[in-house]
Amino acid sequence: MTTSPALVEVEEAVPSSAPPTSGRRILTAVTRDKGALACLVFLAIVVLMAVAAPLITNLSGWGPYQFDSAAINSDLGGVPHGSLGGISGSHWFGVEPQNGRDLFARIVYGARVSITISLSATLLTGILGVVLGMLAGFYRGWVDQVISRLMDFLMAFPALIFMIAILSSLPSGNRPVLLVVVISAFGWPYLARVIRGQTMTLANREFVEAARASGAKDSQVVFREILPNLRGSIVVMTTLAIPGYIGTEAGLSFLGVGVSPPTASWGQMISSSVSWYSVDPMFFAIPGLFLFLTVLSLTVLGDKIRTLIDQGEAA
Amino acid sequence: MMRYVLGRLGGVILILLAVCLFTYLIFFKLSPDPAVMICGKTCTPERIDSIRDVLGLNQPLLTQFWDFLSGIFVGRDYGSVHCSAPCLGYSFQTNESVWSMITARLPVSITVAVGAAVLWLLVGVIGGLVSAVKQGTWWDRSAMGLALGGVSVPNYVLALVLQYVLVVKLQLLPFPSAVPFADDPLLWLESYLMPWVVLAVGYACLYARLTRSNVIDTLAENYYRTARAKGLSGALIMRRHALRPALTPITTIFGMDFAGLLGGALITETVFGLNGIGKMAADSIAKNDQPVIMAVTLLAAFFVVIGNVVVDLLYTALDPRVRVVSS
Repeated sequence: MTTSPALVEVEEAVPSSAPPTSGRRILTAVTRDKGALACLVFLAIVVLMAVAAPLITNLSGWGPYQFDSAAINSDLGGVPHGSLGGISGSHWFGVEPQNGRDLFARIVYGARVSITISLSATLLTGILGVVLGMLAGFYRGWVDQVISRLMDFLMAFPALIFMIAILSSLPSGNRPVLLVVVISAFGWPYLARVIRGQTMTLANREFVEAARASGAKDSQVVFREILPNLRGSIVVMTTLAIPGYIGTEAGLSFLGVGVSPPTASWGQMISSSVSWYSVDPMFFAIPGLFLFLTVLSLTVLGDKIRTLIDQGEAA
Repeated sequence: MMRYVLGRLGGVILILLAVCLFTYLIFFKLSPDPAVMICGKTCTPERIDSIRDVLGLNQPLLTQFWDFLSGIFVGRDYGSVHCSAPCLGYSFQTNESVWSMITARLPVSITVAVGAAVLWLLVGVIGGLVSAVKQGTWWDRSAMGLALGGVSVPNYVLALVLQYVLVVKLQLLPFPSAVPFADDPLLWLESYLMPWVVLAVGYACLYARLTRSNVIDTLAENYYRTARAKGLSGALIMRRHALRPALTPITTIFGMDFAGLLGGALITETVFGLNGIGKMAADSIAKNDQPVIMAVTLLAAFFVVIGNVVVDLLYTALDPRVRVVSS
């Protein structure tokens, strides 16, 4: 490795000696693994698409809501002109049947929806899961009882049916925010359960007792002793949760209760392609492929990070 | 032990009551007025009032909830319409009691769930086992790579791909329909094959990964090494000392997953147009048929909660390490 001298210097500059699960160690390990690196590159492209969506569609020439009636054959019921769903120099991924909206632009804007919603849901579940899980595991007693029963209750719910039902009965309002809230409301117990268990074990360890004996307050014990030791689990659980939330958002949009049209989302694009899949397979293949690759990349990366952290803990 | 079981059953009843109340509040308070929904376009204020009266919507909330609960056990009347014993409500959109709608569609959902479960258990557990034994070989690496891919395909995408390739292009299979087995066993098999595969893929991949890592962990345990050192035969050690502890956690997860599916595989049933509980839920949500949505939610929660208890009891039977000490 050519960069190692620089890294050694940095390590030495921080005498507190980084813990074995340091972000840097994981990053170097990931960039050395070809598969993981490919996933990272693909995710970087998706994130770039999401961030720079308006710029990119300016370059490609078509916006996500622009109709191009010249690109579709109205005599054949609106099937795109040309083979492969109308892929051409001006429409890089082809067009939607019937109204001729540019698929590339809609994929780019759809990435925005998927990324924003899944990251916000991950953040919200992360906060809820860690705070409530630690409260339950640290204080035990009635606090634990209340939180644990709440988790049992939420996990007993058929989440998908319930999410659809809530989303369809609530006034449309701000769909993305509603999606985030509903996804997080049913998602946090899975993280909290793990955090609770680990907090319980950690709270009995010698270093926590030592901290208490030296007069640390509850808040100090929680933030300085317990939270840093939960970092590995939190990173792994949240990385592996993101692909799940991307899938959930796409699934809800696929079922018609996610983001409302004309806003583009990958799931909603796949949903509208259902009635066209036999005549224009590209219409569902493109968003389907993007959704699959994004979820796959995140899963592979999450898995890799988990292995690395496990190895770090064993070392 | 008896005390433990009774305690768990008490917990189940409490959770189901809470689910009932919560669903009731959400659906009947947040969503549009059911009386207006039933009344339709040609509606007079008097008619709305009389519908409210029939549904008991003018009663205080607790009374309404009590009527709903007691209806489940003793049945109830909506005006001239009688809804007999397990009355989970009455759909005025289809003019049927929700219970009969559910029982008519349950066989389809059970067929989908059982078929998929058999498939994913076989493929997942055997695949994971072989991977664990041949740890590090090309088989292991490609199987686990495939498993990562399989976990990542959203099932509606897989459903559309399979349908396009197998039904539209190659014409190997008919478009799925809920044919009863007795009518035409071959068509039944052909119809359910795609839904089973679509539903099973994700679980199979997950189970393969779980089985693999559990078996590998077990092979590193001391009791396994002891068994080998005693000179027991390979097959016996595998069965008694490696598989049993490795597969016990799989039983737990399987129970939960399977129970979750009995309440209807919403996406799979919808994509393939199979008329099970899941599709009924999706249709009712689209039509805003609240009694049906609520009943399906309750039914699904019921399966999950019962599944949870069954799994815990089974676990104590399977794993001697967690048996409850009767004090």
